[in-house]
Amino acid sequence: MANDIILKISGLHAGIEGKEILRGIDLEIRKGEIHAFMGPNGAGKSTLSSVLAGKPQYTVTSGSIEYMGQDLLAMSPEERSVAGIFMSFQYPVEIPGVTITNFMKSAVNAHRRAKGQEELKAGDFLKLMKEKMAFVQMKSEFSKREVNVGFSGGEKKRNEIFQMAMLDPVLSILDETDSGLDVDALRIVANGVNALHTPEKASIIITHYQRLLEYIVPDIVHVLKDGRIVRTGGRELVNLIEENGYDGL
Amino acid sequence: MTDFRIYFAGRDQIPRDIVLGRDERLEMLIIALPGVSCSIPLHIVLEGEGARANVGGVYLCPSDERLDISVTMEHKVGGCVSNQDFKGIVGGTAQVGFYGRIVVAHDAQKTEAYQADHNLLLTDTAKVTTRPQLEIYADDVKCSHGATVGKLDEDAQFYMRSRGIPEAEARFLQMVSFLAPVLAMVPDETRRAELSEQLEMAVRSVL
Repeated sequence: MANDIILKISGLHAGIEGKEILRGIDLEIRKGEIHAFMGPNGAGKSTLSSVLAGKPQYTVTSGSIEYMGQDLLAMSPEERSVAGIFMSFQYPVEIPGVTITNFMKSAVNAHRRAKGQEELKAGDFLKLMKEKMAFVQMKSEFSKREVNVGFSGGEKKRNEIFQMAMLDPVLSILDETDSGLDVDALRIVANGVNALHTPEKASIIITHYQRLLEYIVPDIVHVLKDGRIVRTGGRELVNLIEENGYDGL
Repeated sequence: MTDFRIYFAGRDQIPRDIVLGRDERLEMLIIALPGVSCSIPLHIVLEGEGARANVGGVYLCPSDERLDISVTMEHKVGGCVSNQDFKGIVGGTAQVGFYGRIVVAHDAQKTEAYQADHNLLLTDTAKVTTRPQLEIYADDVKCSHGATVGKLDEDAQFYMRSRGIPEAEARFLQMVSFLAPVLAMVPDETRRAELSEQLEMAVRSVL
């Protein structure tokens, strides 16, 4: 059914600094689906996630992206977030001087204002923070720390999933969330993503390795190469890539 | 306890010449709020061993201000420590000059003297001239100076916006966080909170 479609990408060409990286992407993502994007370095995986999240440095030269019936490319990054898109960053950014609490308070209240809801009362906000911090096994002092400053690789990625839990997105995009994670952190992150998934939502998992996909099982797997989807299949594609490499497909 | 003094440029009388004797301490913070144009000359002489000078500054010049800050920090004897930490947000067609001179006399061994002046430039039409100058005549000293003029960090802006934080709010958060380290030098918590609230209001008014 058409209204099951969360994301529809048609003929997407995009790049950065005049260099074309995505060279014709077509894709449909429906409610409940988890899509994995795999591919070698430089295939365009991170460009795709950056374009979906609206990173200003990237330019779309042709094609369209429809998100729940809206023209995604006409929306600012903050409008996309409020509309339910969340990207877990491959390299989460440090923001010295801004605590996790203040950062999340600004984000959560921006979401609420956009939906015509009142801002959360301080007590309710702290309760929500506490609940979601426990969800990714963050200690209570975490809330007072400056955003990503001095965080280990694992803490940064757990912080991303914590934010995802706080904002409860419809479409989550995990950009190389597994890079730099040890097994314990990987498990916490994967359990978090799985627990947040519902039949009403969808996820895009971008990864170089099959490792994360042992924990988050995709419905559909795409192989991206030179800016195009060269192959789409079920989860069996993951094993095929592991055995034969990207060149053996 | 040393008195921590906060001076608002254009409103308070800021002392021009300060002489510090043996083990004396100076702790001061200079604030220039939006709309204030003036020149702030400051000459601090450390002439007694063990003297310490800690000078902070925050200037917000978002429209057409003309602000000149010149600090001369003179280490006449050894064993003294001076620290200068200035931060400015400059936009519109404002023009800011920061001239910081550190002079360490021939015999002033074991001197520590630090100076930093960092600026966020909001527009291409604003101008910041920051000129640190070291004159060191002693050989056993620790001195450093740093001056930068930069723009808001695009990656941090995008990160915040991708969480739904509106652009203006993201700019606000980054400016406030840029100023925060200087405010951290205010020892009294209540005073620090008052001051940061005052500065936050000023930053919001210039977005």
